Amino acid sequence: MTGAPPPGGSALDLARSVRDGSTSAAEVVERHLSAIDAVDGELHAFVTVLHDGARAEAAAVDRAVAAGEDPGPLAGVPVAVKDNLCTRGVPTTCSSRILEGWCPPYDATVVERLRAAGAVVIGKTNLDEFAMGSSTENSAFGPTRNPHDPSRVPGGSSGGSAAAVAAGLAPLALGSDTGGSIRQPAALCGVVGMKPTYGAVSRYGLVAFASSLDQVGPLTTTVADSALLFDVIGGQDRRDSTCLERPSPRCTAALSEGVQGLRVGVLTELVEGADDAVAAAVRQAADALVAGGAGLEECSIPELRHGLSAYYLLAPAEASSNLARYDGVRYGLRVEADTVEEMNARTRAAGFGPEVKRRIMLGTYALSAGYYDAYYGQAQKVRTLILNAFDRAYQRFDVLLGATSPTTAFALGARVDDPWAMYMSDVCTVPSNLAGHPAMSLPFGTDGAGLPVGVQVLAPALGEPVMFRAAAVLEDAAPARTLPRVRAT
Amino acid sequence: MSASAGAGGWEPVIGLEVHCELRTATKLFCGCRNAFGDEPNTNICPVCLGLPGSLPVLNVRAVEYAMRIGLALHCEIRPSLFHRKNYFYPDMPKDYQVSQYDAPINVSGWLELPDGSRVSIERAHMEEDTGKTTHVGGGGRIRDAEHALVDYNRAGVPLVEIVSAPDIRSSAQARLYASELRGILIATGASDGRMEEGSMRVDANVSVRPAGTYEFGTRCEIKNLNSLRSLGRAIEYEIGRQVALLESGQAVAQQTRHFDEDAGETVALRSKEEAFDYRYFPEPDLVPVAPDAGWQAEVAASLGPMPADRRQKLAGLFGTGPTTPARDDQIATVVELGLDALMLAAVESGVDVGLALARTANEAAADPDRARQLEPTNYVALLRMEAEGKISATHTKTLLADMFDGGGDPAELARRRGFEALDDSSLAAVVADVVAANPDEWARYRDGDDKLTGFFTGQVMKVTSGRANGKAVAQELRRLRG
Repeated sequence: MTGAPPPGGSALDLARSVRDGSTSAAEVVERHLSAIDAVDGELHAFVTVLHDGARAEAAAVDRAVAAGEDPGPLAGVPVAVKDNLCTRGVPTTCSSRILEGWCPPYDATVVERLRAAGAVVIGKTNLDEFAMGSSTENSAFGPTRNPHDPSRVPGGSSGGSAAAVAAGLAPLALGSDTGGSIRQPAALCGVVGMKPTYGAVSRYGLVAFASSLDQVGPLTTTVADSALLFDVIGGQDRRDSTCLERPSPRCTAALSEGVQGLRVGVLTELVEGADDAVAAAVRQAADALVAGGAGLEECSIPELRHGLSAYYLLAPAEASSNLARYDGVRYGLRVEADTVEEMNARTRAAGFGPEVKRRIMLGTYALSAGYYDAYYGQAQKVRTLILNAFDRAYQRFDVLLGATSPTTAFALGARVDDPWAMYMSDVCTVPSNLAGHPAMSLPFGTDGAGLPVGVQVLAPALGEPVMFRAAAVLEDAAPARTLPRVRAT
Repeated sequence: MSASAGAGGWEPVIGLEVHCELRTATKLFCGCRNAFGDEPNTNICPVCLGLPGSLPVLNVRAVEYAMRIGLALHCEIRPSLFHRKNYFYPDMPKDYQVSQYDAPINVSGWLELPDGSRVSIERAHMEEDTGKTTHVGGGGRIRDAEHALVDYNRAGVPLVEIVSAPDIRSSAQARLYASELRGILIATGASDGRMEEGSMRVDANVSVRPAGTYEFGTRCEIKNLNSLRSLGRAIEYEIGRQVALLESGQAVAQQTRHFDEDAGETVALRSKEEAFDYRYFPEPDLVPVAPDAGWQAEVAASLGPMPADRRQKLAGLFGTGPTTPARDDQIATVVELGLDALMLAAVESGVDVGLALARTANEAAADPDRARQLEPTNYVALLRMEAEGKISATHTKTLLADMFDGGGDPAELARRRGFEALDDSSLAAVVADVVAANPDEWARYRDGDDKLTGFFTGQVMKVTSGRANGKAVAQELRRLRG
């Protein structure tokens, strides 16, 4: 990789040094906790920092190393976990008032797998409330700031995870991606963000936003770390009926295979609306793949132009149902009233922020009698069209290339009063969610202001290995990364 | 078919929706125990409490039970989907119910009633049950309660909802349908059909129309009827209410209604305008269920005979002659209570079919739960003892009660009670004593008055506390007469 090394070191390097005893997990965790304490006041990447829990987990890893046991491929590596993933006994807020005081009695499957691999959960990261947003400004606990320019947003909704990794507060983070919530903040913060194939990673313990679109995935500084973390968290889970068997080969093994002979399509619809600097980066990335031996062609999938509209019907429709359970009866916030109905209404009025309310209303409307066919039904048809169009494209191409976000990081507050402008942030990322396909964003140069630009690699269902092959070549060819202004030192 | 049909020129049109809880060991989407009557909120987990992040996993045994019900009702089994039915209710943890909507697992079946009429089954689909709310304080009613307590033990218990076509024409036929369906549900092993425990609940859709017309009238749905008696009463009341409205020139408003047991009337819960918009959409957390032909065949092969077949089998034991309503009732009772195996065992070992039916439909049926626990060989032995004259009918009843209380070999129980029949020499001695003590009667009997056999038998029974065999007494009397 060219460019500056990640501020905190790569996860692979850290795990290697913990496993061979050249450093201790305790030392690694202490260093990252100090970095968080030093800079997170400014960034606000974390909702909860687990000082005691992380130290205890690190000590357990060190004991395992001392006893000659293998603590796993992520030995002693701190991981920041988006606060919509359940952690047993640790508040899981979804950055919402409505979950005030709620501690899940169980760990999400991905959290279990992290721990089984020797990783240390260092904290829970900020997000747009219930993952609804593209800037992390919709958090009930205040926005997260972009480490490259704290006057700008980190993207969202996994903005806390992206900012934490970019600033070196954690080498690895987990996010969730319903319409681009891993990839878009990864692009805006200059890190690697990957959304797996729908079903490749268990959703058990991921607080649902839109169940047919949600996937958990890694945010990392390097492509190799991304493959490593995906390999750790992926695979079948009997607690998630939509979860698939783990395909082989593992992605880590595919990283060095190169792109010789791969057929790459530059996706017109994922470049046409992008800023010049972003479009230029995609063209430069395409050239790099050609240099690596790939074949290149333009590819147009006109159906994708309807993706955003379909997404903003389907996701709110599912959300309106998924968020019904926050009614004040069993957990979280309750605002007392004389009747149950009034208590429900007051609790939800007080507990949800404006964007969540907007989506619940949108989704309720889209599913209502008399409107279902025109909205939800029509959107499902568009979804099928997009899936079929992708399938046709993947008969000609192994991977597709495009922008991740049409713009680089925008200023805090710039889009909060214009939901449509905010929704447009997702235009390049929602198609992969609608199709259930994997896609990843990786840093590729900067714009005129020195802000990171992300390019996106898309692949067909379970095409993660080929996607990682292309990403690894692009990472080597990428212009030098700039160090974030706010970072661990 | 009943008096209410056509009364005053109005024809009732009735369709029933029956919810039955499946008797799986665990709930529909999680591993929690499916049990009635446990301590509140002890059979719960993140999944059935709908905690954030939890996901459902379908119980395959529940699918099998749903298929059993469908096959027993002659339904077609289809590839099916789960949907979410969205509405707010405190005892529904997710504020939506996972149910099947436009792609149910069973469609297009029928059920034949004992009177030969057929009711079409539109569908029999799977869904999850809700929790249970108890209103506390005040009068214990919703309106004046101080607070409500929710028990989520029932939340997520698997249900099958069986929806009939509007083929039913009277309250009596509705009761017959519910009763026959209950028998079928029990026979499939999929449900215990206990209405009193809420494991079978009935909603009735009722409308009336002028007799001889074909267009349906406006219907009302009466919710949650939990006994056959309530079902009949509620429908009767509702028919009367609707007819009275129409005859006074008023319209029937489409409503959901509740049956007030105490007042014996139905009261409006909500109107059509207030009806929930359930916003059904496909449940994204579950995958489609499409039982293949092999699985369907396996389930079909596991089904035992249904109540109608079993009634026919018992009736067949009486030969081809005409039957009587009393006999049909007894047969229906034996089948309904699941005692046909006992009766068949008795008949197969040579007990007279009339005696076997009478004892099974009366004495065994008095305590069906314990009767089903009996060792068939013991039951058969008991009836044989009576048939062979070793014990009297009264003794049979007493011994059966003993067998219920602790079981065992009826011959041994009879010995313990001193019920064994007298041996021939003892009997002869008793008869001789009785004859000697009643010389006038003996003289008349000797002169050919056979009616006195009864008198002497009664005397012998009195002396022996019923241990004598009536036939043997008569035989001994004839022998003495020479």
